Amino acid sequence: MIFALFVFVPVAAIAAFYVSQQRANALSSATGQRLHSRPQHHGMHSMLWVMLAGWGVLLALTVLGETLIHRILIGRVSDALPGDGPLQWNLVLSDARSIAQGTVASSTDMLREQIASSFSWMNATRLWVTALATIGAVAAVGWWTYQQITIELRARIYAENMIRRGLALMATVAVLTTIGIVLSLIFETLRFFNAIDWQLHKFLFGTTWSPLSGVFEGEMDADKVGIVPLFAGTLMITLIAMLVAVPVGLFAAIYLSDFANHRVRAVVKPVMELLAGIPTVVYGFFAVITVAPLFRDAGAAIGVPIASESALAAGMVMGIMIIPFISSLSDDVINSVPQSLRDGSLSLGATKAETIRQVVLPAALPGIVSAIVLGVSKAIGETMIVVMAAGQGPNLTGNPLEAMTTVTVQIVALITGDTDAKTAAGPAFTLGFTLFVMTLLMNMLAQRLVARFREAYD
Amino acid sequence: MADIASTIPDAAPRPGSLAAGSDRLRKRRRAELRLKIYGLSAIGIAAAALIALLSTVVFQAGGALFSTYFDKEIQLDTEFLGVTASSDPDVIRRADFDGLIERGLEERFPLATGRQERRELHDLVSGGANFELADHVAANPDLLGQSINFPLIGSDTLDLYKQGAYGRLDRQPVNGLLSVSEREDGNLDISTSANDFTDALRQVKAQLYVDADRLRRQASRQENAIRVYGERVEAAETDEERSEHLADQDLARERRDALIAQAEGLEARADGAGGAEEVDDDNVSLLIKAGGGWMRLTEVNRADASGEMLTRVELPIEDSEAWSFHIMAMPESNRPFSDHQIAWAETLDEAGLIERVFNTRFFTAADSRAPELAGIWGAVVGSFWTMLVTFSLTFPVGVLGAIYLQEFAPRNRFTDFIEVNINNLAAVPSIVFGLLGLAVFLGFFGMPRSAPLVGGIVLALMTLPTIIIASRAALRAVPPSIREAALGVGASKVQAVFHHVLPLAMPGILTGTIIGMAAALGETAPLLLIGMVAFIVEVPTGITDNATVLPVQVFRWSDFPERAFEAKTAAAICVLLTFLVVMNLVAIILRRKFERRW
Amino acid sequence: MTDVKIKAKDVQVYYGDNHAIKDVSVEIENNTVTAFIGPSGCGKSTFLRCINRMNDTIDVCRVEGDIRLDGEDINDKQVDPVQLRAKVGMVFQKPNPFPKSIYDNVAYGPKIHGMSRNKAELDEIVEKALRRGAIWDEVKDRLDAPGTGLSGGQQQRLCIARAIATEPEVLLMDEPCSALDPIATAQVEELIDELRQNYCVVIVTHSMQQAARVSQKTAFFHLGNLVEYGDTPKIFTNPEDSRTESYITGRIG
Repeated sequence: MIFALFVFVPVAAIAAFYVSQQRANALSSATGQRLHSRPQHHGMHSMLWVMLAGWGVLLALTVLGETLIHRILIGRVSDALPGDGPLQWNLVLSDARSIAQGTVASSTDMLREQIASSFSWMNATRLWVTALATIGAVAAVGWWTYQQITIELRARIYAENMIRRGLALMATVAVLTTIGIVLSLIFETLRFFNAIDWQLHKFLFGTTWSPLSGVFEGEMDADKVGIVPLFAGTLMITLIAMLVAVPVGLFAAIYLSDFANHRVRAVVKPVMELLAGIPTVVYGFFAVITVAPLFRDAGAAIGVPIASESALAAGMVMGIMIIPFISSLSDDVINSVPQSLRDGSLSLGATKAETIRQVVLPAALPGIVSAIVLGVSKAIGETMIVVMAAGQGPNLTGNPLEAMTTVTVQIVALITGDTDAKTAAGPAFTLGFTLFVMTLLMNMLAQRLVARFREAYD
Repeated sequence: MADIASTIPDAAPRPGSLAAGSDRLRKRRRAELRLKIYGLSAIGIAAAALIALLSTVVFQAGGALFSTYFDKEIQLDTEFLGVTASSDPDVIRRADFDGLIERGLEERFPLATGRQERRELHDLVSGGANFELADHVAANPDLLGQSINFPLIGSDTLDLYKQGAYGRLDRQPVNGLLSVSEREDGNLDISTSANDFTDALRQVKAQLYVDADRLRRQASRQENAIRVYGERVEAAETDEERSEHLADQDLARERRDALIAQAEGLEARADGAGGAEEVDDDNVSLLIKAGGGWMRLTEVNRADASGEMLTRVELPIEDSEAWSFHIMAMPESNRPFSDHQIAWAETLDEAGLIERVFNTRFFTAADSRAPELAGIWGAVVGSFWTMLVTFSLTFPVGVLGAIYLQEFAPRNRFTDFIEVNINNLAAVPSIVFGLLGLAVFLGFFGMPRSAPLVGGIVLALMTLPTIIIASRAALRAVPPSIREAALGVGASKVQAVFHHVLPLAMPGILTGTIIGMAAALGETAPLLLIGMVAFIVEVPTGITDNATVLPVQVFRWSDFPERAFEAKTAAAICVLLTFLVVMNLVAIILRRKFERRW
Repeated sequence: MTDVKIKAKDVQVYYGDNHAIKDVSVEIENNTVTAFIGPSGCGKSTFLRCINRMNDTIDVCRVEGDIRLDGEDINDKQVDPVQLRAKVGMVFQKPNPFPKSIYDNVAYGPKIHGMSRNKAELDEIVEKALRRGAIWDEVKDRLDAPGTGLSGGQQQRLCIARAIATEPEVLLMDEPCSALDPIATAQVEELIDELRQNYCVVIVTHSMQQAARVSQKTAFFHLGNLVEYGDTPKIFTNPEDSRTESYITGRIG
């Protein structure tokens, strides 16, 4: 039904377009005067208004209605089952919905049947209200714009202004997203810091990370939220990844941009793109199935104990993932060093290698550094490889052969774990906020470096 | 200035003939060659990594290509089931088909009497087979009372055994004639006329060394513990602590000594020349087929052995030529498929009752906790709904936003801010978007967990910067002359953009969109946080149903302990990669076909 | 004074399928400024780039024929282009100083060729090159300043000094003044005239006036062919070929 309404709105809008266009045409031929705007602009004007009103009402009522019904029913379920948690309440509610819709529920009982029948009539009412309101809004707005059509109506200007505003609105979605991210992270973070009485030094410099052990709802033990072991793991894995990705990516970029002929490039570039397009969960699988056992067995063969979830394996695979990232960014920068500089160096009798080392690379340095910074930022924020291949337990060590955990692993562990969501949210969102701030700073640094490079050569 | 030129000292001998390469030049050329080699090996490493990754996936996925079925006749005994053709289909469905299947197996192998053995026997068939049979019969109640041929899906361990995942059952060459007789205690006396068991005896002894090695490794771990406890004793501050650590140390010492003694015992047995050797379940399995059944050796010497029946064997056997001797190298304790199960599987296979068919179920079924029943169709559909939501949000918003920023936006602080913002958003880790979805869409708006709707919105927000950046680049590439031409004939700016610039930029925009969508299709982390990692057995039918997506399915399966899931995971990755490769190919073709140099 | 420095015979250049230079044969004399003139796309720059094998750096470019420097075939397999380019320096259309200090720009060539044993010698080479590039007085107080910070004319003279620093025997100049204003052009032209004392200078130019001002010999290229080659005054006053005449009188170009 909602979907039918969703489709109905543009259909009605197109109808409004033709009706208004006709009226404008008729008006102009009846009065013999030239319209200010072309008939199709009048049509466009009506169409945009109808679309705006229809979808606006539909969206508002759907969201409102769903939320309202959900709140009311959850309230009832929680009254009936005060002993259970939100997870059970949601389960009951989803069973009730299934019963109401005639599909299979995980179990049926009196409560579920009752909720189901409430849900049935509430949902039906909601659908009818939504349908009537949407159709009403479409009709009213359509009639209103239809009435407005005159010779003088500046329909084109109005319609185009609406389009411009619509476009501007779309452009601000990105800003809204950022605001949403910051807000959603900052509330829980503040709450978390309150829970540890703003002992930030214990968070930043503490060496024990075990936020959920022996705490009650909403409380935190400031001595157990030290982020250092997580950072140690993150940095160790990042370091290993960069030790793989930077030399390989950079040398590949140098070769591709200055030595390879176009046939080699035609083969290698897609290989790199393919590597870049492989989902991280696949890299994680690769790490778990192939690389980690390989290292473990190799270690066992030479008598060095290597953990199955060693930082080394996770870091290596992450490095492979970042190779195409570094190489394509560096390739771009190296390519945009002007050919005239290369010619200048070659014409003095320098070899290609000398030209690259002494002229091209120094010129491209800011861009390359920026690529590396972005690579580090990507490594820090990477989740799946470490969730699958790195350890779960915080381990403050300098030995890459041991299992270490990372910030992202802990976020996933906290949120998807069995613990009470409210308690886990604090540390998880605080870690997320820390991660966000770190990557933001790195990205801004990288952008500044690239801007400097572009200023010099564009 | 001529005077200066003429007084230049010869700082270095000027190169004389062009052809004469100096040492210095050779050195410089070598340096160049080195750089080239570094570059080539970097590319080689990248390519090798890609090949290793893809071959791992494809090789592993091979195991999911086929599944094993029993093609066994089933007597639909109305008495046993307690239903008739006229019963209600729901009643028929609830009848004891499980028992029926198990009864059939037990009739075939009457020797399986113990609880453990019966369970092993039942475990040959998948736990899902009875439901399928029930559904089939409920849909065709006329079949009740008849004997039908219905393929029952075998269990994951049976399938792995058939694939050879536990190694092959190695047939040994035999020269002698076999005699078997039953002893009073029910065990069998087995002998051959030639020393046919010599090689087997050697393997059994070799395995003892392997076991001894394992024990010694465990002992050295205890040795470590002893050292650590010793350090702790030194460092202990109170007597209480000290005595506690001393006790622990003593315990570790005991364990170590026990392990070493055990290892030495095994080694002594292995070193001992000749003599009968016991074959326990930590050792290789020695199986004999003769007299219409299978036996297992429990003690072996060169020419004679003791054993037990796995399936019924016609006794006694005297100087028979018709026998075969097999070795399974993987010890029984290391595999979830027992010697009994091997004997049953081989018997059924020989009777032509086991078949391996292409695993279509994998592409049509939804998730399951049993590897042999699990499929990816649910995840594929979930991915479809999620991508539908993502695309229908991110494409219009991204393209229209890009049009505004590139064509209409005035150059001011706010638009600069938007631009910086978009660039920064592109580098925000995906997991942060998951937290956003959790807090805003699930927490604040109360949208359903695990639904493609929320997953799609989160991925849309994540993809948005990519699409805006790509669309802006495509719009920027359209030369200003096109805009000027349109404006010159009296089009408004909106008309110029929508009629002329946008169509020309469309191929570039689509390419960027496809690449962004491909990234979204492979994304996992944010979806974990909004609950799309739940176990969902039904194929979702809309954007608010519980659903999972392909990459999350991969993650879930990779986490399961059953070995058969490894192959399923790899197969799911193959499906995912196929989608991604197709998307990327379309993007590349689009780019090639419509790439325009202005 | 009329010893032949460069002798080209039947030179062909192809860009992919495009036959860019056809059967060019020319003898270029030492201690002379030779100007290549001709309309855009006539191949004069392409031919210039053959002389120090800069065309090697372009994938699709193929050079045939025989070019000899002091009688040695420069396209011989034994010849390393690196060594050739040390002998045959080049100055480009657009000034292209490296993003390094003025000193490092000039010292770059001598360093890679190992022409100095110590810093003092290198200093000397740099100073001499800058003096001969007629830019020493302007930059002697700021040798550590970036070369990209100089004005266009100064940059171009820096590039000439850079080319001179490696002690070449031939100096190729590809429209060295096309990006410069008239005053800077005059300074560079003056410099070219002085360089003639020690080098064989070949200059590609778009401007016939410039060719007339700085060169002793002139070659006229048209559509990849060398149409006419001779003493500059003769080419400009009494050309033999009608195409040359059309060009210098401004009817084609």
